[in-house]
Amino acid sequence: MSAGAEPPMSAVTVTAVDRSYGDRAVLDGVDFSVELGEFVSLIGPSGCGKSTLFSLVAGLERPDSGEVLVGGAPAAPGRAALMPQKDLLFPWRSVLDNCALGLQVQGVSRREARARARELLPTFGLAGFEDAAPGRLSGGMRQRAALARTVLQGRDVLLLDEPFGALDALTRTEMQLWLQKVWQEHRWTVLMVTHDVREAVLLSDRVLVLDPRPTRVHHEVRVTLPRPRTAETLATSGFVALEQELLEHLHGSRRADDQRRMLSR
Amino acid sequence: MPALLVAAALVAVWQLYVSVSGIRPQVLPSPVRVVEQGWAHRSVIAGHAWATLQVTFVGFAVSLTLAWALAIAVDFSPWLRRAFVPLFVVSQTLPIVAVAPLMIIWFGFGLLPKILVVTLVTFFPVAIGLIEGFAAADREAGSLLRSMGASRWQQFRYVRLPAALPRFFTALRIGITYAVVGAVFAEYVGASSGLGIFMSTQKNSFRTDLVLAAVVVTAVLSLVLYALTYLAERLIAPWALGRSPR
Repeated sequence: MSAGAEPPMSAVTVTAVDRSYGDRAVLDGVDFSVELGEFVSLIGPSGCGKSTLFSLVAGLERPDSGEVLVGGAPAAPGRAALMPQKDLLFPWRSVLDNCALGLQVQGVSRREARARARELLPTFGLAGFEDAAPGRLSGGMRQRAALARTVLQGRDVLLLDEPFGALDALTRTEMQLWLQKVWQEHRWTVLMVTHDVREAVLLSDRVLVLDPRPTRVHHEVRVTLPRPRTAETLATSGFVALEQELLEHLHGSRRADDQRRMLSR
Repeated sequence: MPALLVAAALVAVWQLYVSVSGIRPQVLPSPVRVVEQGWAHRSVIAGHAWATLQVTFVGFAVSLTLAWALAIAVDFSPWLRRAFVPLFVVSQTLPIVAVAPLMIIWFGFGLLPKILVVTLVTFFPVAIGLIEGFAAADREAGSLLRSMGASRWQQFRYVRLPAALPRFFTALRIGITYAVVGAVFAEYVGASSGLGIFMSTQKNSFRTDLVLAAVVVTAVLSLVLYALTYLAERLIAPWALGRSPR
């Protein structure tokens, strides 16, 4: 093994990954990578194995074959920070303690974990809510708290699973613009799953379209629209063209899937 | 409160029936007589109530300790779960009416047999409440903790344990009422002091009024202990109030 000859290390590398549950093949040769500081979105029809893919990158499951690397080493718990669809803020912890949970799990003392969380909360618009019960937060605030808990773990990669899926449309747009702003400041490496094509284009450097099960990466779109993208960006021709392209591929992959099913009948 | 109204109405009907029918107090004393006689014998009854409280507390404390230890063990080991949970169910099916006298035969009239009866009666609801409570923790919360790199023990401490508390307090409420009844029953079978043996001796001398006075004291004790569980919940897990599964 000679150093230097290797390409720059990616934050996440997924190579030829297969995974099935019994007879049901879920992932079939998935290949992609996420560079350091890059924001990549995965979109695909529902039930296409996005959650399975996330479990693999989070190190909760192992691929049947192929390789998942996070920060250059095989994926394992504690290497990537996961933000699940449900905010999973625990009612028995204050907002601050919820955000500090990941650090406590890492063995940081409660005092130190709380201090670090306290520093970060203003960035997430949660100043003044440190001691509040999560039940008192609005939907948008809960998602921000869940994101703060994810970021505070200090991992190489953030895995966001439909982070704003449960929010109403207006709050969702607000949250997307907010996320873009803090992301630009911190340049976390992000891998996000979403159903929302617009959200994917608005936030991402690259968008990967997944096939229906058994899943592989069907298409890739690089989003070069200048940042910060704003509510106005959504109406520009460049944005709309990308949206169209992604929608066509999404529907294309579904049509192909339907045809495949027809043939196999 | 509607419950108080209904209770007051029932007592009034009882009082009316006794004064109208002229029934003998040895058969059915009036509520007024129960209260008067109970009050007249208050120091004796208080002494017995204290003995009953002791049995209740010690027995319930033993039961809680055992239930926590075994429920945690069962949560960590599927093998122990398969080994113990059926036995827990069996413990609940034992007819306490038959077991309590045997306890007296085996362990005498002291504190031990009564503690054993209280433990036997209350262990099951508390242990099952805990075991199911641990298992009721959100699966995805478990995944989240694992993604953070949490050990099994950390998952237990940060998620499964707190998630079990609403069910635990529900079980505690059921358990504490069983505990009082269990203590009184164990004393009824044989004891040197306690509300149970007091009821038994008064019944044998046809002092129905004093039996009923002791019944009232038992009920009041249970209610007070029941209310205390809410206080404990407010102190230990204020977030859990109103979350208990129905």
